[in-house]
Amino acid sequence: MTQHLPILIVLCPLAAALVVPLVARVSARAARALTMLATLSSLVCAVAALRVALREGDWHYHLGGWAPPWGIEYVVDPLGGGMAVIVALLATLVSLYAGPHVRGLSSLRGAAFDSLFLLLTTGLLGIALTGDLFNLYVFLEVSSLAAYALLASGGERAVVATFRYALIGTIAASFYLLGLGYLYALTGTLNMADLAIQLEAVPPGSAMTVGIVLLVVGLAIKMAVFPLHGWMPDAYTYAPPPVTMFIAAVMSKVSAYALIRVLFFVLPAGDAVETARAVLSWVAVGGVLAGSILALAQTDVRRMLVYSSVGQMGYIVLGLSIGNAAALTGALLHVVGHAAAKGCLFGAIGSLPRQTVQAEIGGLAGAARRAPLAMAAFTIAALSLVGLPPTAGFFSKWYLLRGALDADAWLFAVVLLVSSLLGAVYFFRVLEQVYFVPDPSAPDTDVPSPASPPSWRMVVPVLTLGAAVLLIGLFNGVLVSSVIQHALPEL
Amino acid sequence: MSQLGLGQLQYALAAVLLLIGLYGMLVKTNLARKLMAMNVMQVAVIVFFISLAVRSGGTPPIEIAHGAADAAYANPLPHALMLTAIVVSVSTTGVALALLIRIHRRFRTLDEPELLDRLRE
Repeated sequence: MTQHLPILIVLCPLAAALVVPLVARVSARAARALTMLATLSSLVCAVAALRVALREGDWHYHLGGWAPPWGIEYVVDPLGGGMAVIVALLATLVSLYAGPHVRGLSSLRGAAFDSLFLLLTTGLLGIALTGDLFNLYVFLEVSSLAAYALLASGGERAVVATFRYALIGTIAASFYLLGLGYLYALTGTLNMADLAIQLEAVPPGSAMTVGIVLLVVGLAIKMAVFPLHGWMPDAYTYAPPPVTMFIAAVMSKVSAYALIRVLFFVLPAGDAVETARAVLSWVAVGGVLAGSILALAQTDVRRMLVYSSVGQMGYIVLGLSIGNAAALTGALLHVVGHAAAKGCLFGAIGSLPRQTVQAEIGGLAGAARRAPLAMAAFTIAALSLVGLPPTAGFFSKWYLLRGALDADAWLFAVVLLVSSLLGAVYFFRVLEQVYFVPDPSAPDTDVPSPASPPSWRMVVPVLTLGAAVLLIGLFNGVLVSSVIQHALPEL
Repeated sequence: MSQLGLGQLQYALAAVLLLIGLYGMLVKTNLARKLMAMNVMQVAVIVFFISLAVRSGGTPPIEIAHGAADAAYANPLPHALMLTAIVVSVSTTGVALALLIRIHRRFRTLDEPELLDRLRE
């Protein structure tokens, strides 16, 4: 069994996705249990595989025994394996968190929800683990299709936004596929490791440049970087809470991972890649500033969080466009920290009882009294996004700042600091409502409001993520020296 | 690597289809037209890949029992990749059509400016 760990990470949720609708006909409870079991076993396999990879070096798994470059291989290295652990961890927590939501649906719809959620997980895990560019495209589309269906389940407004997302997502995937076609025409291989070797020997020319541009643009669109984020606010705001929590936390991170993989591990260093990174750096600066400013302008908490995501993705892109060791460490640490923090924030907002949560920030007045634990986790995650020590966000920004200064990119350093300041403004506006403004529905503030507290199934995942944000911050040194350091490309 | 059998013509075709598709997706205001333009764009990618597989004088990539050992085969891999891409394209179209049906049932229109007006209400 243990020699098949890499493929089991992906197979667990895939197999469960196919079985869950059948099981749900017999027992809805069993279907739910199966969903949670599948994500949990995927997490166990991912952690075990990553441990082996860290101890014994990169783990290359050949599907069906066909050796690359002809066969497809899965690679568990610190970067991909680490990403798989993040995705599987979030999936496990969200599958628990989704309990109350699924129970509110009919058994058919509940099974469809779980099945799609597992397919989305399968796609994201596949992207993290595959060592083949075309296989990555397939997983990209598996995850996207599942995400379209899940996002559209949030009502009429979400449907319109999702349709726009589907169009933009397909443009991105087609660009990626075309770029891959150019690289395939140049080298005759699709295996990432083999491509990296063969592309070294290819003299730079227009075909290579076009291929690189198409790949980078395609993945950047999938990440919803700044000018291409238009579909995001509506889709995330109206989708069911567990969907938003999962997709906001990991989906764009996985695309960011794919971009790092392609830019630093596949494409040869050269003018084209340098130019691509220079363009990305300006896109990132635009994203960081525009995201923070637009977040300030929102009156709906979830919309504010979406725009804050646009800004936070900007940090990650900035890190990889600066591209020295410190900046990349910061970007990867930010991938981990922001996945935990954003999942926690959306989860905490979604866990508030439907009748009391107003999307408006003002509707959160007195929320700390109604849901003290969820709001405590919300606060930790918010502080992390602002960048206060000892949370994860402080240390990732610290590394990014050091990277920017190492590269003499003073402007980027200023942008980082200014946007942190803006982040403080828009998050403290929310925290003020949560903690200091009395609940208008309960004028006598000593009496807890009659609304029932959130279900433990929702509180536990939110608290876990809140604790993770703290732990990542406190033990960032261990995380960097034992995993992230080994995940960096040779510079 | 495959050689160009039909000159550059089929690449030009792929480029034209790609531009028609992108133009339609960006400029047309009717969502159904946008979806059709998306399909045209996906066909462009398929034409591009199939063109890569062409080999002048090449036979279909099927092993013939006798005397064909030296025959030049068309490259089968791009065809296999495009079979997958076609499946993806069909699934995307299916999901998008389902979304369009829901939009039309609720708003009785697929015109984007009108939809955005309704959503703002």
